[in-house]
Amino acid sequence: MQNHAGSAISSQIQLPFSEAVRIAFQSLKIRFWRSIITTLGILSGIAFLVAVLAGSSIESAVLAEETQTVDATAEEQAAGIPANKVWLVTMSLIVCVVGISNAMLMSVTERFREIGTMKCLGALDRFVVLLFLLEACFQGLAGAIVGSLIGTSFALLVNLKAAQWSAWRVFYKFPWIFDANGSLLGVIPVIIGGCLVGMLLAVLGAAGPALRAAKMPPVDAMRVEV
Amino acid sequence: MAEDFVVTADAVTKEYRMGAEVVHALAGVDLSIRRGEYLSLMGPSGSGKSTLFNMIGALDQPTTGSVVIEGEDMAKLTMEQLAWIRCNRMGYIFQSYNLLVVMSALDNVTLPMIFAGTPPKQRAERGMELLTLVGLEDRHHHLPTELSGGQQQRVAIARALANGPDIILADEPTANLDTITGREIIDLLKELNQSQGVTIVSATHDLKMLDVSDRVCYIRDGEVENVRNRDEIDIHVGTLDDH
Repeated sequence: MQNHAGSAISSQIQLPFSEAVRIAFQSLKIRFWRSIITTLGILSGIAFLVAVLAGSSIESAVLAEETQTVDATAEEQAAGIPANKVWLVTMSLIVCVVGISNAMLMSVTERFREIGTMKCLGALDRFVVLLFLLEACFQGLAGAIVGSLIGTSFALLVNLKAAQWSAWRVFYKFPWIFDANGSLLGVIPVIIGGCLVGMLLAVLGAAGPALRAAKMPPVDAMRVEV
Repeated sequence: MAEDFVVTADAVTKEYRMGAEVVHALAGVDLSIRRGEYLSLMGPSGSGKSTLFNMIGALDQPTTGSVVIEGEDMAKLTMEQLAWIRCNRMGYIFQSYNLLVVMSALDNVTLPMIFAGTPPKQRAERGMELLTLVGLEDRHHHLPTELSGGQQQRVAIARALANGPDIILADEPTANLDTITGREIIDLLKELNQSQGVTIVSATHDLKMLDVSDRVCYIRDGEVENVRNRDEIDIHVGTLDDH
């Protein structure tokens, strides 16, 4: 066994990013069901958000398609997101933030001992924060991608059904990028936006508890009984 | 030449604030730990034993006085340097094993090596070497939940040895184990102490543990009551085991 006697004290402690990603991923995999529940929370929030946004963009396109001949009304009807939907979007975001923060708070609290142990092994505060943020990021992204797709599909089905399926022709002029008003609220930007929002919310929700936990002295963190 | 000390505690005091009350956990402790010795800290709960243990292990800072580990005053180090010391110079073993439950036995052992910057291939090799040393080479892919208490403590010992520490700190390592498994863990620690020259400091109530110690330090009411060499103490472990 090598002894370090004589070698100077260094401050070279490291956690390569690839290792951090591997550890975070493994940690999610082993707590699979726990992770799934957190992810479902993000998923439902984002699905709701995307359904409202994409729905309104598809609805405008469908209306425009149906009322091609009556140009005058078409533009009026395709007037972006109505006020009641803004309220819905706000509500869905709030639910998202609260749900995700709670899930993250719980998952950090039940791992205080793990955090204390890692710090005893030489982990710096920022390693602990990095690991938790990476986990949150993965969960946020996974939940948001699936949520966005579910939300979009839902919006599409509801609108086509409302138009008695006759609006299938809408696909010729589908609002992929821009909505009927020419603003960047087409389906693809909404999906990408939804993914970013989901990831951001998850990371923000995890940041508070993770920072607090990482700052605890190792001994105190290990003494916590959950 | 002066004796070679790994850790020197000088007039260490520690105060905690519990609400309006100030608790004096340590009231001026002097203690020097010789390189390569097996030292046991003994004392009733609430004696300040664990507080002292944490100071020696660079896990806590004294209120006044100084703790010098390998010639470095702990109070003068940055967070990064403290982390480096914990990672490279110390090995910790806990009463409740404290393995990371999401990692296999091998990953638990190699984690401190990641922090120390050991390349992956060397990590895996040394990890397996250490697991072989504690007799768990065929269990390397098991999760802690799939191992018995004694096996988990062996993994913890292998992990403590990962970066070739100067000191192993064992906080009641046998308290959660049955007598026979506890004995095995003690023998393993003693063997490491003798064959690898690792300094071992353990906080314990276990008489079997005192039996293998070179010195025993008794703590009472936040002070060192006395420090005795093994040959000055009368312990008959056999008679305790036999009834």
